[in-house]
Parts: sequence; structure tokens; C-alpha cells
Amino acid sequence: MSDLDTGEIRTVEIKYFDGTSRTTEIVDREVPYPDGKLIVSRTDPQGIITHANQAFIDMSGYTEEELIGINHYILRHPDMPAVAFKGLWDTIEQGTKWHGFVKNLRKDGAYYWVKATVIPNIRNGKLVGYTSVRRKPSRSKISESEALYKTLLAEE
Amino acid sequence: MTYNLTVSPDFAPDHISGWYFFNTWLQRQLDTGIHLELYDGFDEQRDDIQNNKFDLIYANPYDASMLVRELGFQAIARPADKSDETVIAVNAESSINTVEDLVPGSRISTTDDPDVHTMGMIMLESADLDKTNTQIKEHPSYVVVAKNLLNGDSDAGFFLKDAYDELSDLIRSKMRVLVSSQISVVHHSFLVGPDMVEHVPALQDALFTMHENDKGRGVLESMGISSWEPMDSEQTEFMIDLIDTLID
Repeated sequence: MSDLDTGEIRTVEIKYFDGTSRTTEIVDREVPYPDGKLIVSRTDPQGIITHANQAFIDMSGYTEEELIGINHYILRHPDMPAVAFKGLWDTIEQGTKWHGFVKNLRKDGAYYWVKATVIPNIRNGKLVGYTSVRRKPSRSKISESEALYKTLLAEE
Repeated sequence: MTYNLTVSPDFAPDHISGWYFFNTWLQRQLDTGIHLELYDGFDEQRDDIQNNKFDLIYANPYDASMLVRELGFQAIARPADKSDETVIAVNAESSINTVEDLVPGSRISTTDDPDVHTMGMIMLESADLDKTNTQIKEHPSYVVVAKNLLNGDSDAGFFLKDAYDELSDLIRSKMRVLVSSQISVVHHSFLVGPDMVEHVPALQDALFTMHENDKGRGVLESMGISSWEPMDSEQTEFMIDLIDTLID
């Protein structure tokens, strides 16, 4: 858990790139990433979740039924700048692997940090979706990312 | 025609005879000659695989990726309820209680097992450790990794979980597990090369019913496998994609 957590609850409207938005409660409380686990999910080319492993279900707080069929951006935390996700999509749409540190939003409003890797799934030369694997980040990388994203968010 | 079979060198020594029994069993099932070749190390085996020496391979997930995407192999089966997990262990007397207690300069004992080494290094990332700020010592076997920990010559060691669990009670009692991976979807697989593709239906028939008779069950037991499960191409591709995300 971060030393900076206040437990404060705030209501925010999160706007997504496709023009939709949702209003939800955000809790300033970190859920620690579990040791030894990998969070694995797959999406179709549009970002709709098609597979979620147990670690993903546990950490996100959603059930498997809730996750399958919705857009991966349901996990987007309002503290994450849009430019970070633009970098992700620009990279994977070129067919290359993307690495980055991401603050994810849980169903209960709390958050968890991950080191994420996303790769395009190519079958017979055709893009069929993306695989995202998340692992435990170091505290120093989380601190660097917090500072960077705060600056980027202020510029948006 | 005689085909060639090899097995990823990360199986426990107790199962060597099991693989010879399997080879004999398989020749009878397919009514064809199969030569089994076992290796002590991964590099020598990989060179021979690249030179198209083998038609059947029981491969670790890392090599399965190369076999499918570069050499046209097809994964047809996996051992049931058996995934490849990695353990990071320390000497039981060590003051290190979590991965984050390991500091730059730490001495890490490992083997040339590519999956276990990759996963072990990933689990060190949360301590800001990588190959540039640790002393990596590669050993020929997990027993030697354990000896290094017991002698105080290493601060932490990487083990295939199955291999760790098969160390003697005495050795394990002198070590402590720091972290154990729980990935579940990364596992060994049984692959067939392009020159043996016409035997795939017969191979599938033989493997998937192997546990249903005493003879087959006995062979499986000697290999440390309960039964074989089918693998289709999408399951294989999924595992390969996952492995790709773990390699920088």
C-alpha cells in the first residue's frame, strides 16, 4: 500500500476515447500486487475482453462474466493520462510489443499498479486480437510513473 | 524409417528410465522405429533441434515457441494438471524474507533452463534487480543450485517448482521459499515435426487413451505424468504469445 494513500473517496466522470463516459467513485487506496502472479487477458482487435485469468478476476474485483465482452478501458484509472494509452495503441497497431507501468482501477474504486506488456496476436498473417500480461512493478518504478503521469495529466 | 525423439532436459533424474519406457511403448503403438536421445544441457539440444534432427519433442514452453513458429512443429498434447512454475528460494537461515529484501549485487544461482530463468528474473523486477546489477551464476542442475544456497555461496536460487519439490527432505529443510509463481497456463508440450505429420492421428489416439490401461498408466507414472490432454493450435499460439510478453 502506498504511503501517500488517504482513503479519500471522490466521484469522477471518466471519459473514454470512443466518446462514451461513466461516473464512478474512486477510492485512494492501493491493493498490493500479489507475488508470483501474472495477470493475463486477451481482447479482440477493438479492445473487447475475450479472456481473463483468475489473477485478473481477483485483482480487478469483477467477475469473469462481467469482464468478458466489455472494453478493456473499464480498468482505466482517471489518474492515467490519455497520452499513455495513445502510446500503447500507436505501438501495438504497428505490430510491436508495448511495455509500460499502469495504474488500474478496480470495480470497488481502489487501484493497483502493474508493469504491463501488450502484444498483437497474429494468426496466418492476420491480427486477431491482443494479449496483455501484467506483472509486479517495483516501488521505485511506481513512484517515477506517478510523478510522470501527474505532469502529463496536468498538460491535458 | 526411424524417427527421432528428444525430451527437454529439465525433467527429474528419477524419470530418465520413464522416458525410455515411453519410447518403447510408443514404437509398439505406432509400429515404427523411434530413437530417443536425451541431453544434459539445453544449448546442445537446441543446436540439434535447429539442425532438424528430431521429429518428436517433449519441449519446455520456451522451446515450443521456436519449434512452432520457426520449424513448423505442431503441439498435440500436454501433461494433465502440470504447469511450469518457478520458485525463488534462499538459505533457511537467511535474513532475506521477501524478494524486495534482495539488494543490488546479490548473488543469484540459476540453471540454463530458459523458462525458469526468465520467470525468476521477472520475479526479481519488483526489487529493481536485473542482469546488470546482480551476479548471475549458472549451474548444471538444481541440486547444484541448492548446494550453493546451503553453502552460503549464493543469496537466492531459481528452481523449477517440480524439481524443487523433488529435492530430498533434508535439502529442502535447509532452504526457504521466497516466492513461487502461480501462472498455470505455461506448460510443457508434446510436439510433432513436419516429417511425421501423417502419424498425428495415431499418436493422438495412443496418447489420449494411454492412462486407460495398466501398461500405459505404468509408463506414465514412471515419467511423473498422470495423463495427456489434447492441445489445439490456438492453445499453443496463446501460450507462445504469453511467453513472448515475458521476453524483452
